Amino acid sequence: MRSDIQTGRLQLDRGGQIFLILLAVTTLLVPILNLAVPTDSPLHVSTFTVTLLGKYLTYALLAVAVDLVWGYLGILSLGHGAFFALGGYAMGMYLMRQIGDRGVYGNPDLPDFMVFLNWHELPWFWHGFDQFWFSALMVVLVPGVLAFVFGWLTFRSRVTGVYLSIITQALTYALMLAFFRNEMGFGGNNGLTDFKDLLGFDLQSDATRIGLFIASALALAGGYLACRYLVNSKLGRVAVAIRDAESRTRFIGYRVEQVKLWIFAFSAVLAGIAGALYVPQVGIINPGEFSPLNSIEIVVWVAIGGRATLYGAVLGALLVNYGKTYLTGVMPDAWLFALGGLFVLVTLFLPQGIAGLLRRKGAAA
Amino acid sequence: MPVRCLSRTGLRARLIAALLLIALMPGAFADPGDFQQGAALIAENRFANLEDGVALVAASGDPKARQLLLALQGSDLYLRKSDRTLVIAAKGADGYDLTDPLTGESAGTAASKRELKRIRINNRLRSQLSAAIAGLDLSHQDPAVRLSGVNEMLANLDDDGLKLLRERIQVETDTEVREAMTTAIALGDLDSADPEVRLQSLDVLQGNLHPAVRGAIRRLIETDADPEVLKSAQRVQDSIEFKLELYSLAETLFFGLSLGSVLVLAAIGLAITFGVMGVINMAHGELIMLGAYTTYLVQQLMPGHIGLALLLAIPAAFMVSGAVGILIERGVIRFLYGRPLETLLATFGISLILQQLVRTLISPQNVPVANPDWMSGSWQINSVLSLTMNRMVIIAFCLIVFSALYLVMRKTALGLQVRAVSQNRAMARAMGVRSARVDALTFGLGSGIAGVAGVALSQLTNVGPNLGQTYIIDSFMVVVFGGVGNLWGTLVAGMSLGVVNKILEPWAGAVLAKILVLVFIILFIQKRPRGLFPQKGRAAEG
Amino acid sequence: MKTLDTLRTTMRRDQVWDFMRPKQGLELDMSHGTILYLEDISVTFDGFRAIDHLNLYIDAGELRCIIGPNGAGKTTMMDIITGKTRPDTGTAWFGQTIDLLRLSEPEIASLGIGRKFQKPTVFEPLSVMENLELAMAADKRVWPTLRARLTAEQRTRIDEVLETIGLQKHRAQRAGALSHGQKQWLEIGMLLMQDPYLLLVDEPVAGMTHQEMDRTAELLKSLAGKHSVVVVEHDMDFVRSIANKVTVLHQGSVLAEGTMDEVQNDPRVIEVYLGG
Ligand SMILES: Nc1ncnc2c1ncn2[C@@H]1O[C@H](COP(=O)(O)OP(=O)(O)OP(=O)(O)O)[C@@H](O)[C@H]1O
Ligand SMILES: [Mg+2]
Repeated sequence: MRSDIQTGRLQLDRGGQIFLILLAVTTLLVPILNLAVPTDSPLHVSTFTVTLLGKYLTYALLAVAVDLVWGYLGILSLGHGAFFALGGYAMGMYLMRQIGDRGVYGNPDLPDFMVFLNWHELPWFWHGFDQFWFSALMVVLVPGVLAFVFGWLTFRSRVTGVYLSIITQALTYALMLAFFRNEMGFGGNNGLTDFKDLLGFDLQSDATRIGLFIASALALAGGYLACRYLVNSKLGRVAVAIRDAESRTRFIGYRVEQVKLWIFAFSAVLAGIAGALYVPQVGIINPGEFSPLNSIEIVVWVAIGGRATLYGAVLGALLVNYGKTYLTGVMPDAWLFALGGLFVLVTLFLPQGIAGLLRRKGAAA
Repeated sequence: MPVRCLSRTGLRARLIAALLLIALMPGAFADPGDFQQGAALIAENRFANLEDGVALVAASGDPKARQLLLALQGSDLYLRKSDRTLVIAAKGADGYDLTDPLTGESAGTAASKRELKRIRINNRLRSQLSAAIAGLDLSHQDPAVRLSGVNEMLANLDDDGLKLLRERIQVETDTEVREAMTTAIALGDLDSADPEVRLQSLDVLQGNLHPAVRGAIRRLIETDADPEVLKSAQRVQDSIEFKLELYSLAETLFFGLSLGSVLVLAAIGLAITFGVMGVINMAHGELIMLGAYTTYLVQQLMPGHIGLALLLAIPAAFMVSGAVGILIERGVIRFLYGRPLETLLATFGISLILQQLVRTLISPQNVPVANPDWMSGSWQINSVLSLTMNRMVIIAFCLIVFSALYLVMRKTALGLQVRAVSQNRAMARAMGVRSARVDALTFGLGSGIAGVAGVALSQLTNVGPNLGQTYIIDSFMVVVFGGVGNLWGTLVAGMSLGVVNKILEPWAGAVLAKILVLVFIILFIQKRPRGLFPQKGRAAEG
Repeated sequence: MKTLDTLRTTMRRDQVWDFMRPKQGLELDMSHGTILYLEDISVTFDGFRAIDHLNLYIDAGELRCIIGPNGAGKTTMMDIITGKTRPDTGTAWFGQTIDLLRLSEPEIASLGIGRKFQKPTVFEPLSVMENLELAMAADKRVWPTLRARLTAEQRTRIDEVLETIGLQKHRAQRAGALSHGQKQWLEIGMLLMQDPYLLLVDEPVAGMTHQEMDRTAELLKSLAGKHSVVVVEHDMDFVRSIANKVTVLHQGSVLAEGTMDEVQNDPRVIEVYLGG
């Protein structure tokens, strides 16, 4: 009975159910098809594809994070790519330290780019990144704390709507400029790359790739369920209330700034985790990840999939990225046309996204 | 040969005397024979005789003497091997064009340098030459030449030159030249043995910005023993340094204002579409880009008329960007009024399409846009401050565009309707304003201005498909910083951001300065979410 | 010994850190029988004085009506009490101890001042019941809200209010789909769920039928006594039906105060309403 307050039972969420089942099936099937099926069989899934899928899954998690703040809280963040990239850099720093003396210059303490820049000591903020637990902590903390501080400043002074969007964009833009500088100590233009292994596992091996793929799938499932729990709680309803009538929510006693702050920071943490899983799979992280265009692309995934549904965000991320991979392969020029066209068409004709379309179909049937 | 008998000192004395004479009364006592004689000595092409020859020529008072000495100094003076006469050679269409220094008339051509023999000079001769030329310059009829002569002498001053200057200043009529001469004499007096004289000349040099003065004072402070002089010298140095700082501040301000003008130009169209209409147009940057490309295309259409093409590009860019803007408004934005976030996304999509369109249709690379001559060059205010022409043009252009726009918004019917619609759409419509038409026109106006900004930017930066992206965030920052819906705010915000950026740059570097400015704006928005000049009233709260 | 004590008190953590000190005794203290004190309040908007040296006292348990022509400053007064607008001068105390001017909107709301807006604003995408749930008095900090589950008691309370506002049949309906009058009722319901000490009700019956007006009048009257109620309304019949004490606001200050009859016969009031 939908008449009551939705208690957040999974049975009520058809889209979510289907998504979770599909995710589980893929997670089980893909490793089997890669490892157990012989290479010449048409059913074989190449390691390249596994990694590609793993990358898509991290994008999907990122999209879920954006949907949480945009769909439910009304904060159109044009800077979530920054949190993703920061998580990625934290992981990248760990992977850099793991290279040890196997770099081109063979320096056991300093990553290659530092030797190249004639540095003699590891900068203070690189310490600790040789430990996995520390790096993992930073993957969560750095984006979380940045989002917290940023949100604390911004929400407290009641910056909302378009202004907020533009400031988030400025944030990621400023970070991009900063990370492009060599003096920052993150490899400048080239970023961090040439990784060798993760927790002792060779990054190039099939098994590690499969492992990363499964980790991404689990992270996506976990992130999705956490977000679902949140949006179906009373806090989720408060978030929707804030989205649609912020000042009214204040007058019934909710500390709107606090609600926004915590959800925003949580979303940034999810984005950071996604970034951390993304980097070992693609093998590089550079300042380009901070580019405002990247952040805005995430928003398109969510818009196309359908916001405020969570599973729609996943759907959008997968579809758009598949389309991107396909189109940039076939007609590189066409990709930006397609992306731009999607922006326009979806906002004009499909404000609820694909999820909305499916729901309408479901309701009609 | 009588000339040979002249002793060196005698010759020197005679040279000085002659110079003084011509300095006092140009041409009156000059002996035309000296010029011929001197030239003949030079033509012998022996170092020993060259010096005497130069002295005679310099003293001759012949109007062609300067050209001859300059040619010698510039190693353009030759002996033609065939007839052993002096010629001045200049590279011509084929081979070398020759001039007879004695008559100033053409002496035919030479196919190659092999037909000529250069008159070679050594270092001692070189300094004699520059002193002689400077002396000639001092009596030249053109004040500009006299001034550069004095400046030449300032660089390496000797007793003879000083004496010459002292005489010359008596009859000098041009104030600028007089000033330079005063400076030069005072500089020379710094070496005087008499502390009193040194003190007096220090007084004269107070606040003088000539590089030679700075060096001389520094030397004086290091070497002078007299405490009185030292104190005074220190004071003069402080005054000079203070002035230098002032001028470098003025220069920073100028750079800042020109950067600010660029920002204002980029943002001002946005101030209309975003500020007045409330439409978030992420394709604004691409409208600027279209303006820049229009400039390129117009220049392609009329090669050889760079300046005219640039002027024509202004209305052309306004039309092109304005038309595209109206198309965007009619095709997309009008369906999205009241949904700012959706507008943001849709227009961002449009920006991608426009970028790709330019890549596909024109070129993915940057295209070259030529600068007309009057945009290059600079206005030298004094020896330390010069304002480059292109920056001044940008500042002026920015102010013109701003005033024009301001007048349109304040004084025309369209402006009134725009403001009415932006304040209360329903009411304006009820009062007979055709809001759809007004929307389209306003958007077209804002977009057209973006195109005009593109024309200006094409003169400053590379024109490529990414031009717009570089400016979009800055533009939004300017509008938000200034306070949405306020043209003045945009002007003040753009200019101050430009200046702040340039003030930060020397000690933070360009990139860091930019980051700092961004962070500053982010923090500023926290304090004043509605910008420097917030819009007032209940409707603004929401 | 004494110095040590002094030291100990001054070094107490809540003394050193300002934010650890409770803002006031956050208990409402109505020992003098007055719940709200507005004294000498003035507000200016761009030179326009919307509230001009306003003095107003509301007794505990009182039902007060405030009337006045458009633009008299009635809504602005409520904005000040609920923390939306900060006055230029004056003081606003809630009971004896709570200085309203130092608190934020949610703090004021959780202390027990509820408000119904002139223009009904309900949370449109949420159901009627969810609207009531959100308004319900509870710990409204982030973490408790995330963990909150409806208890049986709370469900009963929601059902009660649903019945009071006559929206039982619409409990699962999206609030956005309600009619204007129903939204008014839902707002009143949300106000009831907050269970505040002081209710500020801005034009509750605009858009209601006569029957509904009577029901509203009944409801407001039944609330008085346990709660203090301030009602702003233009409908004179409605005001007459509920009020024993009426305050007339004009150009931002109190023009007259008394029973409905007194007020209506006051020549200044007549002039403002008829002559103005
Ligand atoms: N934020 C604001 N900015 C500017 N003026 C304001 C603002 N808020 C209120 N005012 C002005 O203050 C005056 C009082 O407004 P208020 O809304 O309090 O009137 P009211 O008594 O509630 O009127 P009504 O009966 O029409 O609701 C009005 O003239 C209004 O224009
Ligand atoms: Mg009112």
